[in-house]
Amino acid sequence: MAKGFVAVTVERCKGCGFCVEFCPTKVLDLSSAFNSKGYHPPYVVAGEKCSGCDLCGMYCPDFAIFGARYAR
Amino acid sequence: MSEFECVMEIPEDARNPVEPFLRMDRMPHIWCPGCGIGTTVNCFVRALLSSKSDLDHVAIVSGIGCTGRVAGYANLDSFHTTHGRAIPFATGLKLANPKLQVVVYSGDGDLFAIGGNHFIHAARRNMDLKVICVNNLTYAMTGGQTAPTTPGQVISATAPYGVFEPAFNLVQLAEAAGAAYVARWTTYHVTQLARSMGEVLNKKGFCFIEVLSPCPTLYQRRNKMGDGLDTMKYYKEASKIRHGAPTGECALTKSGEIVVGKFVDRDRPDYLELMRTQLHESLGERYAEPEAVCGL
Ligand code: SF4
Ligand code: SF4
Repeated sequence: MAKGFVAVTVERCKGCGFCVEFCPTKVLDLSSAFNSKGYHPPYVVAGEKCSGCDLCGMYCPDFAIFGARYAR
Repeated sequence: MSEFECVMEIPEDARNPVEPFLRMDRMPHIWCPGCGIGTTVNCFVRALLSSKSDLDHVAIVSGIGCTGRVAGYANLDSFHTTHGRAIPFATGLKLANPKLQVVVYSGDGDLFAIGGNHFIHAARRNMDLKVICVNNLTYAMTGGQTAPTTPGQVISATAPYGVFEPAFNLVQLAEAAGAAYVARWTTYHVTQLARSMGEVLNKKGFCFIEVLSPCPTLYQRRNKMGDGLDTMKYYKEASKIRHGAPTGECALTKSGEIVVGKFVDRDRPDYLELMRTQLHESLGERYAEPEAVCGL
C-alpha cells in the first residue's frame, strides 16, 4: 500500500506539467480532460508508488497539488 | 464531489501546506502557466517553516512587476511599493523596527534597473535585509523589453535583432557591493532553494538569493525556447552546482552552463551594529537605543 497520497485541486491547475515531469516515482500524468479554464490537470496513474514526498507540491507554481505521508 | 479529484484515499483534514501562508481569497494568481514565480513561493514557505520564523515578525516587501505580486499574495505583513523602491522602503522598516525580519521579494528589472542604486547601497551598508530576486531575464510585466540582466543574442521586445549590450552578473555585483550571503539557484532546484532561503532567515546582514525562473510568455516564446517545462529541463541539464565558485566566473548566457550554489557566506558588522558602535563612542551616556526611545 502507498506510503503517501497526492491531492489535486483541479480548478487551480494551469497544466504546466512540472508535477508530472519531476515526480521521482512517476505517479502522475496529465489528463486528456480539461478543467473549466481549458487546462489539462494531472491525474494519478500509479498511486501505489506515491511516497508523499511533496516534490510535486514544491514545484507546482499554482499551489494546485501537494503530497503528504499517511499518518501511521 | 470533494475538492480534490483523486483515486487515492485522502485524509479529511489534508491541506496544502502553503495555503496558510497565502491570501487564498486572491487565488488563482495572475502568473502565466509555466511561470516559475509560484514555485519560488513554495520554497519560501518551506523556509519559513524550517527556520521556525516568528510570522508576526516577518515582513515582506516587493516592488513592481510579476514578482512584485508576491507581497500581495503572502499572508504576512507585506507592502507592495512603487517601482524600484522595495529596498529603501524595507530599509526604513528595518531601522524603525530592528526586531523585524524584513524580506525583499522582487524581480530583476525592479531590483537591478529601476532600483539598482538602492541595491548596491544596501549591500554596501550591510543592511540586515534578505533579498530574493526572481530573475526571468526580462521586463516581463511590461511586455518583455531588454533588462540589465538579458543575456547577449536574446531577442526581446526592444532588441528584435538580438541584445548586444553586456548584462549584469547579479551574483558578482552583490558580492562586490558587500553582501554577506550570495547564492544562485533555479526553479528546478526547489530543495536547495528552500534550504538557502531558510539559511538567510537565520543570518544577519545583507543576504542575496538569485533564482532563475522561466517567463514562457515573454522570454522563452520570443526566443523559441519552448514553454516553462522545457525551460525547467534546460535548467536541470545545464546547471552545475559549484559552491564557493568565484562569482566573476558565473555570468549567465543565452543557453550555456548555469553555475548555481552558495558563493558567499561571510560575516560583516551590519548597519545597525556599526551605527550603535559609532554613536556610543561619540555620545557616550547620551546615546539611547532607538528601541528604548520608541518603545518598540
Ligand atoms: S504543477 Fe501544478 S499547475 Fe502544473 S500541471 Fe501540476 S498541478 Fe497543474
Ligand atoms: S509574464 Fe512572465 S514573469 Fe510574468 S507571470 Fe507571465 S510568465 Fe511569469
